[in-house]
Amino acid sequence: MSAEPSPQSPWQAATITRIEKRTPRVTSFWFQPSRPFAHLAGQHVDIRLTAPDGYQARRSYSIASAPEAGGGVELAIERLDDGEVSPFFHDVAAVGDEIELRGPLGGHFIWEEGDGGPILLVGGGSGVVPLMAMVRHRTLRNKAVPVALVFSVRIWDEVIFRDELIGLDDRRDGFDLVLTLTREPARRPSDYSRRVDARMMAQAVERLPKAPKLTYLCGSNAFVSAAADALIGVGVPSEIIRTERYGV
Amino acid sequence: MVTRGFFSGRRPPSDTDARIPPGQYLEQGFPVLSAGPTPRVRTEDWSFTLKQGPKPIKKWNWAEFNALPQSKMTRDIHCVTAWTKFNTPWQGVMIDDILADAGIEPPTAYTLALSFDGYSTNVPTKDLVTGKAMVALLYEGKPITPDHGGPARLLVPHLYFWKSAKWVNGLQFTERDEPGFWELRGYHMYGDPWREQRYSSDL
Repeated sequence: MSAEPSPQSPWQAATITRIEKRTPRVTSFWFQPSRPFAHLAGQHVDIRLTAPDGYQARRSYSIASAPEAGGGVELAIERLDDGEVSPFFHDVAAVGDEIELRGPLGGHFIWEEGDGGPILLVGGGSGVVPLMAMVRHRTLRNKAVPVALVFSVRIWDEVIFRDELIGLDDRRDGFDLVLTLTREPARRPSDYSRRVDARMMAQAVERLPKAPKLTYLCGSNAFVSAAADALIGVGVPSEIIRTERYGV
Repeated sequence: MVTRGFFSGRRPPSDTDARIPPGQYLEQGFPVLSAGPTPRVRTEDWSFTLKQGPKPIKKWNWAEFNALPQSKMTRDIHCVTAWTKFNTPWQGVMIDDILADAGIEPPTAYTLALSFDGYSTNVPTKDLVTGKAMVALLYEGKPITPDHGGPARLLVPHLYFWKSAKWVNGLQFTERDEPGFWELRGYHMYGDPWREQRYSSDL
């Protein structure tokens, strides 16, 4: 008997293998897909939750882990109080649960080793997540690419991946971390205590050995718009600026 | 597969259920998404060009374009990032009226919408004509803001909203269905929200 091969569903079950709180509002979840895949730094997956009556909710989450990192796919999920999917992850999801996942997705907001650099990354809040995948990819694959990351959060305790980022910064191997706290004084000499602006962007560009080849901005629409305008204002060509916005 | 412990969700009220395509949720705000910085296009620099392949058919400046017959469309819109917004009110020039002013019938079955920032997206020509689509100039009676695609954006409300190109500056008729910006990057060639045609692997 020969059966027509049915087209494989793009959705697959992925098992939560590890959960780690990153900040008061952001928790990382590691997923082991039943059909493992190779992703690119900056890509996202779609997550689909299904209620017993068939109702489904889906959202996109950026991948935080580097493509070459073992141990599954890390998503760092921010709790949105009026959200539908993120409160489920924060309040209900547990290690061993199976979640439906689809991906990897996205072909624009990505950085591969071969794209070269220098690269300038500007993230606001959980907008740092896809940038973290790029930083980790660069660390594991090609430290020759200079990278500056400007990471804006409200307070020190909301700096996602803080220990890891400061550890990478301390290596002085071409990765430069700039934190800007919008509601607290700066903690480190190189950091700021204000919203991103043109002077901060000009200084970030100057931290790189030469002009950036690519610039990636991710965060809320207001944050990304402000950062993009500031970069264009200091002469960064709009053609090399890639953006990803939460929408709101 | 039922997700353990997922019950409540943000179910739409039953009277609006039928208006929300599969996998979408109802959004009250108007989220902004784009692949790059927001271009600030001044209306004195604005133009709109109708092309067949590389050959221009007709070009309008802002004043000429605004003098074309304008229509209103109030429609539900559906973004591929899963939000749906009801009753968005637009005003602009129907594609039918642009073609009539150029004095042509649609010359090919496929169209690429082109934008000031280099963005493009493909739409079958039949999805642009017979009252289905417009080049929108006003949203809620006011000029469209730059982050929502102003001065002018394409409005093809029955397809996922990435097809409604922001900062549109032309339509190019093509012999074949040529993928645009997102269609080259994994998104669906057609993008029907009711068939959930989000990504290229969707049927």
